[in-house]
Amino acid sequence: METTSCLLTWIIFSPLLFALVAFLTPSAFEGKLRLLTFIQTLVTAVLATILYFNFDGTQAGPQMAHLVAWLPEWGINYLVSVDGISLPLVMLTAFVSPVAILGTWPALGVELKKEKFFVMMLMFLQTGMYGTFLSSDLFLFYFFWEVVLIPMFFLIGVWGGKERIYATVKFFLYTMVGSLLMLVAIFFILKTSAETLGAPTAAFVDLHRLQFAFDGSSFQSAMSSPQTWLFLAFALAFVIKVPMVPFHTWLPDAHVQAPTVGSVFLAAVLLKLGTYGLMRIAIPFFPEAAYYFREFFILMGVIGIIYGAFCALGQTDFKKLVAYSSVSHMGFIMVGLFAFNKVAFAGSLYQMINHGISAGGLFLIVGFLYERLHTRNLNEFGGLAKTVPLMAIAFMIMTLSSVALPGTNGFVGEFPILLGAFQVQPYYVLFAGTGVILGAVYALKAYQLVMLGPQTRTDLDHLHDLGLKEIVAMIILAIFVFGIGFFPKTFFGKSDVTLDQYSNSIIDKVGPHGP
Amino acid sequence: METMHSILPALILISPLVGFIINGVVLPLSLKGFAKTPANTAGGFASAFIGLSFVLALFAFAKLSGSTAENPSLVINCFEWFNFGGLNIPFELRIDKLSGLLVLIISGIGTLIHLYSISYMHEEECVGRYFSYLNLFCFCMLLLVMGNNLPLLFFGWEGVGLCSYLLIGFWYTETEKANAGKKAFIVNRIGDLGFLIGMFLLFQQLGTLSLTEISTLLANPEVVARIMPSVTLICLALFVGATGKSAQMPLYVWLPDAMSGPTPVSALIHAATMVTAGVYMIARLNPLFELSPVALSVVAHVGAITALFAGSIAVAQTDIKKVLAYSTVSQLGFMFLACGVGAYQTAVFHLMTHAFFKALLFLGSGSVIHACSGEQDMTKMGALKKHLPHTHLTMLIGSLAISGIPFFSGFFSKDEILYSSIALPGGVSYLFVIGVLTAILTAFYTGRMMSLTFYGQKRYSHEVEHHLHESPALMTFPLYVLAILAALGGFLGVPHLLGDYLGHMPHYLSHWLNPVVPSKHLPLVGIKIGLHEGVVMAGSSILAIISYFSGVALFKKHMFVKDIISGFKPVEKILANKYYVDELYAIIVVNPVKSISNFCANFIDKFIIDGAVNGLGSQVKRIGNGLRSIQTGDIQSYALMMLMGLLLVIFFIFKVLV
Repeated sequence: METTSCLLTWIIFSPLLFALVAFLTPSAFEGKLRLLTFIQTLVTAVLATILYFNFDGTQAGPQMAHLVAWLPEWGINYLVSVDGISLPLVMLTAFVSPVAILGTWPALGVELKKEKFFVMMLMFLQTGMYGTFLSSDLFLFYFFWEVVLIPMFFLIGVWGGKERIYATVKFFLYTMVGSLLMLVAIFFILKTSAETLGAPTAAFVDLHRLQFAFDGSSFQSAMSSPQTWLFLAFALAFVIKVPMVPFHTWLPDAHVQAPTVGSVFLAAVLLKLGTYGLMRIAIPFFPEAAYYFREFFILMGVIGIIYGAFCALGQTDFKKLVAYSSVSHMGFIMVGLFAFNKVAFAGSLYQMINHGISAGGLFLIVGFLYERLHTRNLNEFGGLAKTVPLMAIAFMIMTLSSVALPGTNGFVGEFPILLGAFQVQPYYVLFAGTGVILGAVYALKAYQLVMLGPQTRTDLDHLHDLGLKEIVAMIILAIFVFGIGFFPKTFFGKSDVTLDQYSNSIIDKVGPHGP
Repeated sequence: METMHSILPALILISPLVGFIINGVVLPLSLKGFAKTPANTAGGFASAFIGLSFVLALFAFAKLSGSTAENPSLVINCFEWFNFGGLNIPFELRIDKLSGLLVLIISGIGTLIHLYSISYMHEEECVGRYFSYLNLFCFCMLLLVMGNNLPLLFFGWEGVGLCSYLLIGFWYTETEKANAGKKAFIVNRIGDLGFLIGMFLLFQQLGTLSLTEISTLLANPEVVARIMPSVTLICLALFVGATGKSAQMPLYVWLPDAMSGPTPVSALIHAATMVTAGVYMIARLNPLFELSPVALSVVAHVGAITALFAGSIAVAQTDIKKVLAYSTVSQLGFMFLACGVGAYQTAVFHLMTHAFFKALLFLGSGSVIHACSGEQDMTKMGALKKHLPHTHLTMLIGSLAISGIPFFSGFFSKDEILYSSIALPGGVSYLFVIGVLTAILTAFYTGRMMSLTFYGQKRYSHEVEHHLHESPALMTFPLYVLAILAALGGFLGVPHLLGDYLGHMPHYLSHWLNPVVPSKHLPLVGIKIGLHEGVVMAGSSILAIISYFSGVALFKKHMFVKDIISGFKPVEKILANKYYVDELYAIIVVNPVKSISNFCANFIDKFIIDGAVNGLGSQVKRIGNGLRSIQTGDIQSYALMMLMGLLLVIFFIFKVLV
């Protein structure tokens, strides 16, 4: 117990330690900094693997807690722990990070702009992400949530495309607006806990003991209940991050402007912070309010699925297409979370991981192409499969995962969400299901415009297929795509008990009863 | 019901997957390139692995027939696929008498078509890719019929759709072919949504998706009474899935386009196996469909109308593969008609004979196309009989079989369908009339096809003539095997009436399928309807013969229907343009989707949502201008300020708290 209790802290801060090393590295070794980053991601991935094998899947509660008193008199502590819900997300981050570094390794002879600061930001970002997933204290969660913003701000703002400043400011303001309300809500919770529990506390375990009044007998009474306001404050912060329509327009801009590695992290992990927040905080701590507003969020989720898909279909910019596909796929998670159904809850968690893999992979493909042909315009490719067969295969695998073909990870997420949500909200699911069709339409359109048809470019002689690092990156992703697709139990088995208890406690409290 | 645990189903399933991995991964890696595998190596491996499946399937078949149990089945639970939150879906395979038969058909015809492909694809680049897809297809198709729960069936269902997409677009550098593949996948997906909804409803009502459990539950009258209100909806949703995969109205439009794939693919996927998946699904779920007369009636009507509709289009096509494609749509309609009138056994019977003769006809057409240097237009063929004696002989047998000429396989199965559709509880049905009309059309367009291809005067160019050659033995061998099956396969299902004359020959297939797919409505004949089986049989035979030979005779000199009967031109034009259905869909579906997506992407998102955001932003900016002096442009100082700001916020809160 003693040996593992610090493990989580090591996972969170090992990237930061490496960032310090990077900072102290003399500029003569600047060319080796990528290697250092890669080693860092591997070290953290090893630590995460140790965590995975030490995690006890038969227990539902938080494990391996590490508590350090920070400002105890104000009820603020450094408290981290892991459970079956955060474990898969930590593992996702741990495996996506080396893949992202490998897949975006700059080619030889490419001039690197402020390389040291760049890799430090990547490390800093990881610390923020692990911290958010592992926090067991509301304030600590908020702290890491904000920490994530800073490296992302610079990744887009310094190394981004032409309109990076607009994109950065938009990204920053959007997220800040949400965060501000969350901060106010946290402050209110600390105050309430001080009054009712005798001492201020924001630890997740204590929050379960707090009761925030909720009266759902009429709309007016619901809107005047404190729980409603707390829920909405948190939910707003989270749904902006998801992003839920209509708060999504920061995402395509941020993606298009961000460097590839930034896009991969953004799509694969950062968006999940939003859905994780909903699952970890907004729904379990304010269940009555969440249940009261469920249909609204499901509706927005369904709109997101359909609208996102149509927007994706209307793009000529490959990266924007993938960005809008994220809007669409994240809509499924919204539907799953607010269905208040056991199968759908589990599916939502799986979908977070699965979308991380497929979207991360697709952004890598966009990056491969951009690096080689310096364009993202879908009409400027065509027939590339003949020249770059390996890339075509990798792209096909990610496309299949994205359209949720059975046997790939995508199906493991979408099928339970739709099946579970259908049991309680059949009509919404009927519409959500059209996402299954539209998803195939835009994904195959993108694939065809890039890989199939006659070759139209004349400068393809220099187009080279995937290099070794890129192949390794895509193979790791492919293993997860098919591994999860065929053996979801092996990958997600350790979350079963937690998810079971999680859904039972929420559904017992508020949800519909039945299968 | 007796279940025997056996590893056979798993071995049958895995074998083509191993072939896929060898051709898709191992060989390209060891030869350092995708296009480098020679056709004989790639095809040899692929054929060997599907051939192994066939041999194993024979063992399974022997095991089933050796069992004394009433409804024996071989079952293996490979591993747990999904199991959480009350959703338990094992990766469980089952071979019973229905799936056993289909496994034999799939692996058997699959092997023949793999062998044929070695020769047919000999000169192509990337044969390794071709054979890996073909093996993958067999894997998915076998999973579809052996999966013992609906999600697993759906796994195979979507998987065959993927392989179909990949194989239709095999020559992907041509935009038209790539488009055809995409169209197939997307139209199938529309149907798949129906399938999904059907599954969700079924799970809601029964709490399980296991096929074994579903049939057990449906045997319980209490459960039946409970789910009765939603049973029609479930069946119709599932049937929507079937219309997509099995190319029925209104989702049949992808199948004719799918002909742009290599011809052996059309034979295997788009004639013999994949497209019959919908028929298999309904036959498999017959206890469920039996509960909803409304749904069955819809199935029967859609089937009958599709049969007639597609049959009429086939009459005016000049592309030999398009004729066969519409003919397939039409024959599938026949099978659904059989399902709809409750004659599930007959549907499976026709599924089997159709697999024989249609695979034969497609492979034969491939042989013709191969001989004519890739020409598919029948107006540029004619008089090929003497050049292609083997192809002609085998295709002749196939064409007689599909036309329902007595004692060829199609005669027995088609006659049984007609006979079943006359015997509805309500009396003589117009569905029977539609069936008869379609049968006449079938014989007619098949005769026309044979005539335009093999008889009459030659219309091919000198260049084509120069290269004209009979196909090699590796291609004609599968043709002969299929020809024997197409000729004699019908004797597995000799009707009672004829069987008495043939020394009490039983209806083998009916006996075989009875425990899984009972025959339901046939006894009505003779009780309610006095029409004798023999009358139907004799009548349909005579009509088929007349129609077939008039088709052959008329088109020896003419090429189009309009040449024969003046004043037929407008009808011909409508038929040749396939009733303009593709154009109609472009107007009501494809174009609106395009416009909506453009509207969403380029108007709503850009101007409405972002407009609001930017409008808000510019207000903020005005305030921000006042604070401009703090902007230094130095990144490090920004970072520092951010962190400081964060800490400031933290301390601010503490202060308020205390």
